[in-house]
Amino acid sequence: MKGTEAFQELLPLLGDEPVVHANGFICRESFSIKDREENFYMIGSMGLASSIGLGVALCKPDRKVIVLDGDGNVLMSMGTLAMISAEAPNNLVHVVIDNEVYESTGKQRSISNAVPLEQVAKSAGYRQAVRVDKKEEIKPAFEKLMNSEGPVFLLIKVEPCFDPKTGRVTHTPEEITERFMKSLR
Amino acid sequence: MALITSKSFIDRLIQENFKFFTGVPCSLLSGLISHLEEVEEAKYIPSVREDAAVGLCAGAYMAGSMPVLLMQNSGLGYCLNAFTSLNLIYRIPVLVIMSWRGQGGKDAPEHIIMGDINQKLLETAGMDYSVLKPENLDQVLETAKRKINEEKLPYTLIVEKGLFDERH
Repeated sequence: MKGTEAFQELLPLLGDEPVVHANGFICRESFSIKDREENFYMIGSMGLASSIGLGVALCKPDRKVIVLDGDGNVLMSMGTLAMISAEAPNNLVHVVIDNEVYESTGKQRSISNAVPLEQVAKSAGYRQAVRVDKKEEIKPAFEKLMNSEGPVFLLIKVEPCFDPKTGRVTHTPEEITERFMKSLR
Repeated sequence: MALITSKSFIDRLIQENFKFFTGVPCSLLSGLISHLEEVEEAKYIPSVREDAAVGLCAGAYMAGSMPVLLMQNSGLGYCLNAFTSLNLIYRIPVLVIMSWRGQGGKDAPEHIIMGDINQKLLETAGMDYSVLKPENLDQVLETAKRKINEEKLPYTLIVEKGLFDERH
């Protein structure tokens, strides 16, 4: 499955959940397919989508909160998997699009080919951690995890396919903050 | 001169509606963290790295809480990219309580350089701060609240050795 196909499969499954996006390919692909007010596009601060999502989840316990992360981000902040497990917010769903490369900077390899991130999450203490390789597996896996007690982890293995012509997020960072906060009120 | 203790300072922050605390410990802040672990009105979440604490605070702020980040100045280096590419451009405020190890060049070797440059780093990044003293508490809290509520930017309170009790 190509990375874009994973987004095309996943995004229509979303309702009004806040989604914190990792920088790079994740932000740009998601923004290009479907922009939402509930999307927080983290354009810099690589590695922090998971901790931002944890903060939102802890302070909005009545909302399901989704982190849409990448393998490079998860590897950079593996310690945050431990923090999420320790705080164990039951409303946090951590989805990772794993293409095994730093795609938006030119497909330099990450090391997630050698490190099964779903096993890392499970060992850290997530209540469930699931890996899917096929497009058809995304919907049933995501829906099951959304109806489970969190924190849960969904690893979607994809092939890189990013078109560098894919647009960048056009909202200013301040606009992203304002509308995301409004959607959380 | 009004006395300032770990308890009175934390209680004051809680009274000012700062109720979400996280960070990475420093001995100079140990009294604050001990008190935080005892109070019911506030939450203290141990972070594994200072930049993860910045992310956690950003999420908490956007979800309606007023976050406080406690860290040693050694954590400032880890946080600089988060401050410059998240907080400053997105206008996501946070109150930072940063201990000043290496002040005046008298400390363990690993603290000397950061102790010398921590204020210059904040200034270079365009981030406002004050050195907290018992006599300026009201004034710096007002300044911090203005920065946070009106400009929506981070504000740092620098804590010198001996300001708060240490527990170890």
